[in-house]
Parts: sequence; C-alpha cells; structure tokens
Amino acid sequence: MQWRTTTERWGLLTILIHWLTALTVFSLFGLGLWMVSLDYYHAWYRQGPNLHKSIGILLFILTLLRLAWRRIEGRPAALSSHTAREQRLAHLAHVMLYLLMISVMVFGYLISTADGRAIEVFGLFSVPATLHGIDKQEDIAGVIHLWLAVTLISLVVLHAAAAVKHHFFDRDRTLTRMLGR
Amino acid sequence: MKKTILTTLLLTLSILAVPAQAADYDIDTKGAHAFIQFKINHLGFSWLVGRFNKFDGHFSYDEKKANASSVEVNIDPASIDSNHAERDKHLRSKDFLDVEKFPTAKFVSTGYKAKGKNKGVLKGKLTLHGVTKEISINVKHIGAGNDPWGNYRAGFEGSTTLTLADFGINYNLGPASRTVEMFLSVEGIRRK
Repeated sequence: MQWRTTTERWGLLTILIHWLTALTVFSLFGLGLWMVSLDYYHAWYRQGPNLHKSIGILLFILTLLRLAWRRIEGRPAALSSHTAREQRLAHLAHVMLYLLMISVMVFGYLISTADGRAIEVFGLFSVPATLHGIDKQEDIAGVIHLWLAVTLISLVVLHAAAAVKHHFFDRDRTLTRMLGR
Repeated sequence: MKKTILTTLLLTLSILAVPAQAADYDIDTKGAHAFIQFKINHLGFSWLVGRFNKFDGHFSYDEKKANASSVEVNIDPASIDSNHAERDKHLRSKDFLDVEKFPTAKFVSTGYKAKGKNKGVLKGKLTLHGVTKEISINVKHIGAGNDPWGNYRAGFEGSTTLTLADFGINYNLGPASRTVEMFLSVEGIRRK
C-alpha cells in the first residue's frame, strides 16, 4: 500500500481519513442523541457535550484538511464497469456528504457559541464565537443541527448500502479499493 | 334647585375624575425599568440567577384605595435568559418550559390586600407551562412621583416562591432546586 493516491488506487492517508471520519460521524451521532437525554445527575451530563463539541471541532478541521488533500491528490479513475449514470450519482452523493458534514458541524458550532462563548477543545485550545447574539440562535441552530445530522446519517447509510451492492452484487472493486486493494 | 345643579356638577366632575383616580399604569418595559428575575439553587451550593427578557403589562394602583389594585402581565417564556445559550436552550425544551407547546405565560391578579404602610400581598393566577395556579406575591411600594421628563411613575417590588412541580415541571435538578424564587421589579408610567 502506498501513501499517495494513484489512478488505480486510493492512497493510505485518504483511506485512513475516510474510515476515521466514518467512525467519528457515527459516534458523534449516537453521542449527540444520547447526551441530550441524560438527567442532570448523570456523570456524562457535562462530559458528553464537552466530548461531542471537542471531537466535532477536530472533525471539522480534519474535513477541511481532507478536502485540501483531495484537491492535491486527485482521485483514482472511476471503474470501467460503472455506468456514466452511476458515476454521476456517486459524485452527487459524495458532494452531498461533504456539504452535510460541514453544515452539521457549522450549525453545531452556532449552538454553543450563540451567547459569544468559545468552544474549548479538550482544554487544549478554544474556537471563538463569530456569528452570535441572533434572537433564539441556539434554538434555531439546534433544530437545524439535528435535522441535518439525521439527513447526513441517512445518506451515509445509502452510501454504505451502495458500497455493499457494488461488492456483493456487481462484484467490482469499489469497496475493496477503499480498503487499500 | 341650585343645590341640585351643584350636586349634579360635582357628581359629573367626580365621574370625569375617575380615570385619573383609578390610575392605570403601563409597565415600562420599553425603557427596561421592569424586571422578572428568578433564582434557583444549584445543587445546594449557590444561586443561579436569570430573567425573562420579554414581557409587558399594566396595573392599576391608587394609594388611597390600595386594595382595589390590579395587575396583568404577559410573559414570553422563550425569552428566558440565564446568560448561557446552551442552558437557555435546555430551559426552553420539553424538560422545562416547553415553549413550543406553551408559548405564553401570564399573571392576572385577583386581589390585593394592603398590609401596613406601602406593603401588601397580591394574589393572582399565574399561567406557566400550561398550568394555571393561584399564587401570592409579597409587594412593596417603593415610590411614585413625577419623573424629569413629564410623566408620572410608580414602582414596586415583589417576591414569591414557585414550586416547579406545581406547574408540571418535573425535571430533577436535585433536592435543593425544587423551588424557584422570583423577584419582580416593576415601574409603571401613568396613562395620560
């Protein structure tokens, strides 16, 4: 396996970022839904949101780096077995995944910074508020954050289902390529 | 005959004078000389202080007929402000005020009993979180008079303690936090 992406294969770094992102997105979704259901005396009542916000900021930074890296690296050529329509749909889904991820994180940021507070990332550094003080900003951003997240997860499930379909039904290299083959 | 005319005249005058005597005041929310503050204990360690930013109302007050006083205040529960957006979001949610389902809160007085100089107890119905309940507010008249800009003002402070469970708010904040203390500061501008 090589670090850099070629016309045939995904580079190792890209593959690692892809799977790390997948793991993080699912974890944040589960953590997010769980943490808002906790009662006041639960040990995770404070820790849950702190972790959710810290990881969210790190994922945002990783996603920006990923997009830059993708621009530098390019991507392997589409498999010849994929039809033009499949390629167009896949491309659209990938663009949507990026857009949804970025916007979910932006709206999450707008909840916690609605009163001008910064977001602390594991106590290492903090991200200051920018847009804040809009009337009921935390509530509006909260609703949007939730529904964008639900939409993102739905699309992720579709994305995964498509990979599985390519692997088991079309028997092509779509999925194995993302495993470094 | 003259006496009758005089009586009629006096009677008419007194009727005309009634609006001025009843003294209706609009609560000065525009100039923010009125506050609805609350404080609730945090874990038994300290006080958390917050307020409702949006409300309006009016009252009727006559020093000589204090027991005829009445008050009506409408409060926007979504305007709760504890100086922390994430907490305010939680306070507006279903766990507490559920402002989507219950977008208004209201206090309408049912009676006032003067108790000593400048003090009294105001009774009334508070509607909060969809529950209407009779409450008593201890009131103190602070002062009244002409302001420097051509209006007549009267101001009061009030305090009461509300039990959250009485209003169907059952989120467990701990044994020290079952009640919330309200502090009301109200200044009214007399209607002309």
